[in-house]
Amino acid sequence: MDDRTKLAPPAPPQPATLPSQDMAPPVVSLLTPSPINRRRWENFKANRRGFWSLWIFLALFTVSLFAEFIANDRPFLVKYDGHLFFPTLFDYTQADFGVTDELAGSAPDYRDPYLQQLIAEKGGSIVWPPIRYSYDTHNLDLPTPAPSPPTWMLTEDQCRPVVERKGLKSCRDLEYNWLGTDDQGFDVLARVIYGFRISVLFGLTLTIISSIIGVAAGAVQGYFGGWTDLLFQRFIEIWTSIPELYLLLIISSVLVPGFFVLLGILLLFSWVSLVGLVRAEFLRGRNFEYIQAARALGVANRVIMFRHLLPNAMVATMTFLPFILSSSVMTLTALDFLGFGLPPGSASLGEMLKQGKDNIQAPWLGITAFVTVATMLSLLIFIGEAVRDAFDPRKTFR
Amino acid sequence: MDATAAPLLQINDLSVAFRQGGRETLAVDRVSFDIRRGETLALVGESGSGKSVTALSVMKLLPYPSAHHPSGVIRFKGRDLLQLRPREMRQVRGKDITIIFQEPMTSLNPLHTIEAQIGEILLLHAGLTGMAARERILELLTEVGIPEPRTRLSSYPHQLSGGQRQRVMIAMALANEPDLLIADEPTTALDVTVQAQILKLLKDLQARLGMAMLFITHDLGIVRKLAERVCVMKSGNIVEQGAIEKVFRAPEHAYTRALIAAEPHPDPAPVQPGAPIVMETDDLKVWFPVKRGLLRRVVGHIKAVDGVRIAVRQGETLGVVGESGSGKTTLGLAILRLVSSQGRIVFLGKPITGLKFRDMLPFRRDMQIVFQDPYGSLSPRMSVSDIVEEGLRVHAPKLSKAERDQRVIQALADVGLDTDTRFRYPHEFSGGQRQRIALARALVLEPTFVVLDEPTSALDMLIQSQMVDLLRALQKRRNLTYLFISHDLRVVAALASRLVVMRAGKIVEEGPAADLFARPQSEYTRALLAAAFKLETAPEGVVAE
Repeated sequence: MDDRTKLAPPAPPQPATLPSQDMAPPVVSLLTPSPINRRRWENFKANRRGFWSLWIFLALFTVSLFAEFIANDRPFLVKYDGHLFFPTLFDYTQADFGVTDELAGSAPDYRDPYLQQLIAEKGGSIVWPPIRYSYDTHNLDLPTPAPSPPTWMLTEDQCRPVVERKGLKSCRDLEYNWLGTDDQGFDVLARVIYGFRISVLFGLTLTIISSIIGVAAGAVQGYFGGWTDLLFQRFIEIWTSIPELYLLLIISSVLVPGFFVLLGILLLFSWVSLVGLVRAEFLRGRNFEYIQAARALGVANRVIMFRHLLPNAMVATMTFLPFILSSSVMTLTALDFLGFGLPPGSASLGEMLKQGKDNIQAPWLGITAFVTVATMLSLLIFIGEAVRDAFDPRKTFR
Repeated sequence: MDATAAPLLQINDLSVAFRQGGRETLAVDRVSFDIRRGETLALVGESGSGKSVTALSVMKLLPYPSAHHPSGVIRFKGRDLLQLRPREMRQVRGKDITIIFQEPMTSLNPLHTIEAQIGEILLLHAGLTGMAARERILELLTEVGIPEPRTRLSSYPHQLSGGQRQRVMIAMALANEPDLLIADEPTTALDVTVQAQILKLLKDLQARLGMAMLFITHDLGIVRKLAERVCVMKSGNIVEQGAIEKVFRAPEHAYTRALIAAEPHPDPAPVQPGAPIVMETDDLKVWFPVKRGLLRRVVGHIKAVDGVRIAVRQGETLGVVGESGSGKTTLGLAILRLVSSQGRIVFLGKPITGLKFRDMLPFRRDMQIVFQDPYGSLSPRMSVSDIVEEGLRVHAPKLSKAERDQRVIQALADVGLDTDTRFRYPHEFSGGQRQRIALARALVLEPTFVVLDEPTSALDMLIQSQMVDLLRALQKRRNLTYLFISHDLRVVAALASRLVVMRAGKIVEEGPAADLFARPQSEYTRALLAAAFKLETAPEGVVAE
């Protein structure tokens, strides 16, 4: 290190200064967003529809994250023999609740009246979630053959056998299936809640991973240009011309489909969507004078790409993200609908749509699935529109 | 001219305000002026003074409704333009009033041919189509001095030079023989030589067609050459107006006096014959291959820099001048090894030709560059402090955060910026301040050699001369060596001790600046001088069209 890295003495008064430099001292804080981000947030809020969609979507998503506490065949809390049990969080055996026969070592079915009676005899109590079905709980007391209509639509005639068997007074005293059951006897509302969660989680994971890959690929192509770009572009052209859906069908018939297998398969094709966009931003950006200036300072390529160019590409990426998210959700739903998606029995909106199609006499299936999918996608699109407004530098609102 | 006749355009108490995010900003504050038939009125002022906004409100081209007029009347041929409906206004635009913009690169549609662009305005207002339209287009192109107009009809904008594009813009503006032509800095983006040609053309056309002209500029030289009356604007107000001779001879307002005094005065660093040579090139070539056909065979080269030999000594300023396309900027980039080149480059006694990125690194802190565009050369997403300290992160990685901050403060103070503003983002600064930030970024590494690539040409006159003073003071204090690239000889004269005149990649003429200005040897240098100092055009063929 030579003498230049030491500090120079204070400079003499300056010969030329600008007339107007009466700027206030800056307030530096991590919590204060930069002016440009504040303006974006204002623009986002100005799109009322998108703003409300964001809150509604976040509320629904947060609620669905706690699906186990809303719709479950296990109670939150069992008080038995002076002990507290949390069946939602921990697994217990029947023996814990005083069962002594050969089934003592197996998992308890809390919906079983016999078990409930055992608990009540010991002065225990049970706190249930609002919906006492999980997505894979068979309703064993169906008044009609599955798919069974929503309980509030049943006539007294239809439920008489069950009402009489359970010693109740009327239909209204039954355990409600608010949106009916599907053809397996599963509660539709519980499946909607779990299905919404898995769709959004799947969409988010797919979007985030494919964005990271896509941005990185686009960045490398755009920044280096030339042969790298040329070869990569041709590869992507060939890759995208593979008929995606057929390949998905073939692969998912060989591999056992599950959350992560599907994620991997869909990732093979979804990463391409951002490449063109980011590549164009980098191609445009790499000849900016401030990039040249950074090169003249000797800044390494990697740093230039991260510090100088990536923020430019992020605007385009952020604008696209909600739309990629909704298309990811749609792809999963489509695969489920065709029967090549998540394994049988798992909660999925696509599978419910398929049931709606197969059981045209049970409109609650189709209508519920349609309303759920349509609401979710509309919310995402509205949010996307607001994000687009937020990042539009020319947008002004009155 | 009949001075008593009603003026063609009469602006009374015009205000323009912008509404954004619930805040009102007053851009123009109750200005009044008028233009008579056939007269040229110049609107002068620094950027942000509201001169363009005033002109655009005559055309009603502002982003309504976020822009609005709290007060004022714009009376054109007896009608108040502000009260016209959009449909009626469209009849006025392009027929009675037309406008030429600053940027010839973006004011023509890149996907339309010249014929289609001019034809559109003829179709809209005169209903001309087919052969009649083509005849008129040819007539217009001839009038604005486009050579071989018939072959140019099917050209696209990118096939024309900047000057030719501006000529096409003028042809479009003249197509329906307007009564008023608004020229919004039509020559600011052009070379001095082309600027002189365009100004001459505008003056000739105006005399022939008898139209009035509202000319917006920040260059007083142009005002003196072209206009009959002038309005000086400062922060939304007209501070002075009157006839050219009167305003220039006896300026009343302090701001007008400052503008007139703002010419950069020549006081270059002395030639240093004995000083060590900092940067030397021999037979430097930058050839861009031209590839054709399926196999991309090289069929020829564009010789951007072709066998250039220069030597810059410690403490000197070497001025590199030439029209655009002469290879000056490429030369600057090549000696800093930012584009690949052939030929010897020796920096501080060590040959640096062909060094790899990593091997160049130790040299980088000693050679720096400041670019032309103060808006493009700073990353909009980094704070000033981050921008300035970036070089330190590379070259002095051992400095602690506090030491780095200290160095940044020092550099910003050196270029005359308020050091408290270092956490702000570039968009909060004016063009001149941004250029100072770019200079601070270069100087924080304490380099010996700085390439200045037209650092003043995007700035207003007043800021330009401040910048020149600053560069000169820094050079004296730190014994800096500059390579100063510019097409504007007025600025070069203020700084350069020696000069190199470039044309088409080759050096045409070189020598001590004083000699070259006093006794230019080549026709080309003489043309550059005439264009820069007197706004005069050269005989045909000496400079590029």
